[in-house]
Amino acid sequence: MNDPKKNLLYIGDVYKEYGQKLVLDNVDLSIREGELCTLVGPSGCGKSTLFRLILGEEQPTSGDILVDGRAAGFPDASRGIVYQKYSLYPNLTALDNVLLGKRLALWPWASYARREALRREGMAILERMHVQDHANNYPSALSGGQQQRVAIARALIMRPRILLMDEPFGALDPGAREYLQVFLLDLWQEMKMTILFVTHDLEEAVFLGTRVFILSQHYSDGRGATARRGSKIVFDQALPRALTTDVKRTAEFGELVSHIREDGFNPNHRRHVTEFNLRHQDSFQTLRDEELAK
Amino acid sequence: MEGLRMRRSPFLFGLHAKPRLRPVLGSLLFIVLISTYLWASNARLRENENDKFMPSLRQMAEVMYVLSYSPQELQDGETGVVAKAGRIFHGVMSSKFFGDAVASVRRISLGVGGAALVGLLIGLNAGIFPGFRAIMMPFLTTLSYVPPLAVLPILLIVFGVDEFSKVMLIFLGTVLVISCDIFYTTEKIPREQITTALTLGASSLQVAYRVILPQVMPRLLVLLTVCLGSAWLFLISAEMIAASEGLGYRIFLVQRQNKMSIIIPYILCMTFLAFLMTRLMHKVIAWKYPWYNDDKS
Repeated sequence: MNDPKKNLLYIGDVYKEYGQKLVLDNVDLSIREGELCTLVGPSGCGKSTLFRLILGEEQPTSGDILVDGRAAGFPDASRGIVYQKYSLYPNLTALDNVLLGKRLALWPWASYARREALRREGMAILERMHVQDHANNYPSALSGGQQQRVAIARALIMRPRILLMDEPFGALDPGAREYLQVFLLDLWQEMKMTILFVTHDLEEAVFLGTRVFILSQHYSDGRGATARRGSKIVFDQALPRALTTDVKRTAEFGELVSHIREDGFNPNHRRHVTEFNLRHQDSFQTLRDEELAK
Repeated sequence: MEGLRMRRSPFLFGLHAKPRLRPVLGSLLFIVLISTYLWASNARLRENENDKFMPSLRQMAEVMYVLSYSPQELQDGETGVVAKAGRIFHGVMSSKFFGDAVASVRRISLGVGGAALVGLLIGLNAGIFPGFRAIMMPFLTTLSYVPPLAVLPILLIVFGVDEFSKVMLIFLGTVLVISCDIFYTTEKIPREQITTALTLGASSLQVAYRVILPQVMPRLLVLLTVCLGSAWLFLISAEMIAASEGLGYRIFLVQRQNKMSIIIPYILCMTFLAFLMTRLMHKVIAWKYPWYNDDKS
């Protein structure tokens, strides 16, 4: 078994509390390079909290978050991000949005001197995203799906170590959503990226992921009925590679989805901490003695 | 076919009104006001031709001609159209009215311009950096309760009665409004945008001045037009108390002699200047910030 700390992203013994409320409760997670991981969980389970911790917007109450073996710290260029809303800068055209990161790294006169090279680079990635025709449009003139593609381009042009996506397709209509799912898979295969994809849509999670996590507060442990509890990773499993959207209609797919729903989303079905389905090779779990008791 | 078609067409008034001839409707009240004035003025002047309260257009024009053009003699050896035009130009430039207008516009521009610059810096940084916000906002909020006009005597005592105290009054009267509004505008920008900029490698200063500032600029221009109203108020108050030229100074000077023939054109002139500045600002916004949607903020 390899050392989880050596992986691209390592989260060990992470607790996060807001006042009296414990949100994340001894969360352990590690992601190796090149995986497309999806994170699901019932609403209020702390997906967004975990996401913000990885991003560095907030710091854990205790525990370690390492990116490439180094403490995550504040948000920086090692982690790219695509949000569901407010993703593009309204005052910049699609092309300028994409080039913002490149330009921030240069003094204004240097980016002026290199404007042609920059423009070509931006156009190339917009073409790969099939939004080159909208390069000079402002975001308000783009559809939701086009905006998200520009947002992905803007993150990718910086070549982040890991791309964090927070329900990026959540606000899109079903057609655009499915199109972008397939699109993201192609892109992932082509560019060998590491992606952490948060969604509340189970089908999306199972379809996209090479590995799926569930973060859930529905479990049982030995700490007694009155103890404060937060969410844990209760499910972690590798998934078969989906090739087309047709798999969404197969029986195995439906079975897997309902299995995950049962494990993570049913408040009446509580697995004990020692019986979680953590079958992925990179999965690990550190439990305290009081949690272990039956 | 009865019932298939709407029986009533939209009216001029009401919820479903579709007023046609909008320019005509819009100018209606102007026409009423102007024609009422002209009629009343005419009636009064017929009764007493020395009446000063409602001068006719002609009387106003005559007085304004004298005020806005001081004829200049051609100097020895000067001939030709160019020299004549130069003399006329000089005549206008050295007139009282032009001097008043330039003095007033300069005071307003300096005061409001300074307030815009300072307000932008304070509001932007307070909106982005929590530490700066913690220092500035309680102070600014408290200051904004101080009536600026009440501070005028202090300004006159401290800075004297010359230009600086007038500009300072306009500055103080508008800077807080601008700071606070820019602060709220900045604060309303989604947190996600700042985080995204950081993941694109931006430093704190770059977030403030290369990512957020360009988004706040059009709002600043809108604010300038909003503040123009109060800026005129402060300007005229200051000019009333201590000045030797200026549009506000002039109308208060001639008020003692009931010279409506000067007061009315001066007010029209100030109105026109305010209108012009507002239009100019909107043009600049439409030209420089085409993405800006005024309804949003």
